[in-house]
Amino acid sequence: MIRIKQLEKKFGKFEVLKGISFDVEPGKITAIVGPNGSGKTTIIKTILGLVKPDDGDILINDKSVLGDFLYRKDIGYMPQTASFPENITVREVIKMICDLRNSRMNLDEHLINKLNLSSELGKQIKNLSGGNKQKVSALISLMFDPSIIILDEPTAGLDPVASSHFKEIILNEKKKGKSIILTSHIMSEIEEMADHIIFLLEGKICFDGSILSLLTYKGESKLEKAIANMMSEVTKWN
Amino acid sequence: MELIGKIIRFELSNAFRSKWIIAYSLFFFLLSYLLLSFETDSAKAAISMMNIVLIVIPLVSIIFGTIFVYNSRDYIEMILCQPIDRTSLFLGLYLGNSIPLAFGFFTGTMSGFLLNGFSFSSTEGFIILLLVGISLTFIFTAIAFYVAIKFSDKAKGLGFSIILWLLLAVVYDGMILLFVYFFQEYPIDNTVLIISLLNPIDLGRILFILNFDVSALMGYTGAMFNKFFGGSLGMILSVFTLVLWFFIPALLGLRGFKKKDF
Repeated sequence: MIRIKQLEKKFGKFEVLKGISFDVEPGKITAIVGPNGSGKTTIIKTILGLVKPDDGDILINDKSVLGDFLYRKDIGYMPQTASFPENITVREVIKMICDLRNSRMNLDEHLINKLNLSSELGKQIKNLSGGNKQKVSALISLMFDPSIIILDEPTAGLDPVASSHFKEIILNEKKKGKSIILTSHIMSEIEEMADHIIFLLEGKICFDGSILSLLTYKGESKLEKAIANMMSEVTKWN
Repeated sequence: MELIGKIIRFELSNAFRSKWIIAYSLFFFLLSYLLLSFETDSAKAAISMMNIVLIVIPLVSIIFGTIFVYNSRDYIEMILCQPIDRTSLFLGLYLGNSIPLAFGFFTGTMSGFLLNGFSFSSTEGFIILLLVGISLTFIFTAIAFYVAIKFSDKAKGLGFSIILWLLLAVVYDGMILLFVYFFQEYPIDNTVLIISLLNPIDLGRILFILNFDVSALMGYTGAMFNKFFGGSLGMILSVFTLVLWFFIPALLGLRGFKKKDF
């Protein structure tokens, strides 16, 4: 269980997060949605400790994780754009991360086949396509069987087949009782996967609840329309 | 500690795989080999070498360090998503970047020296030369790390590093000379000494001169220091200040790194 409490963050004068609070429950996929620059990635990076919040707290299993680092062994993170050292091979990257995590290199053949990565393992990162880099990133985020999985626009660079396989894998992880955070701009994907939705606008939460309750609340049958509806309402308000 | 070791190992294997470290080492090899071959007086060769070392090592270390930090941003982000504390990562990256540089300088210079059959008259000078070169590598890499962490913008950071090098390596001595020229009628000896202590490149030069007794061949600051601190006090003071020059930027860099948002 992840509990975010009154998170605040400024970058210079720009207030990115203005008192964000929400919970991420195990066995559910929580989707964070919102327009570009609404603070989705900042929330994710704060949970990971990449960004230091100005105020607020993050609790994982009732323990504050700010300033700690060992909690990250239970987190698998797939960033928006994968970033690895360029001149080493995929296998070496994996080996390096296993080494840093004090874990034996144990390639999950099933996962590699599912992601169609077996022919890429010996290639250098700089020779990989964008989509294949994303797949490597997916593999790394899942290979240590973490209890928390954080996915920042995971399917953005993937082809339809890989994307569909990846979603299958994630839904399977959810069944195992993992806490999953997902951001995406593809509403059909959110509708298909997420149980819980957090709608973010200019650093504030505008909606926090199940997808069904959002649809009922807005009287729409499609998530995309409900979100658009809510966005135009908030913009009008401002 | 174990994590620092692991990160250093990755960095070293990366550095030794790329060709620049070989080129850097080769440069110092050619320099020491040729200078010693053409100059019959090995003391003079050591001084010529020192003058080049005092310019080249700070420049290469500060530029390499700054570019390294900017280019490794993604890589740093990737590692920070793993269960690793920032102090270990910072120290690992810092040592992983400065050790290959120091190693390249050391092996290059040493092999040139050994191939020429080292004479006892110059051995001491060469040891000091090696120590000063290695110290400057660590100091300027620490400064580079601090600058690159402080400025998020690559162009700004790199520009700042180059200006800093120019100030310390070139402009500083000129300023001291101007200062001495304008205030020659006043008792300014101690002031000049203190000013010299503030520059690690001057300090390196002083360390060398104090051990080589060739102050007449070097700049004004060297002559000053020899006169005042010919004994152990000067040595202790300059080594202490060099250590400070290493620790202050390294600690400031570490502090910045711990607070930085990635």
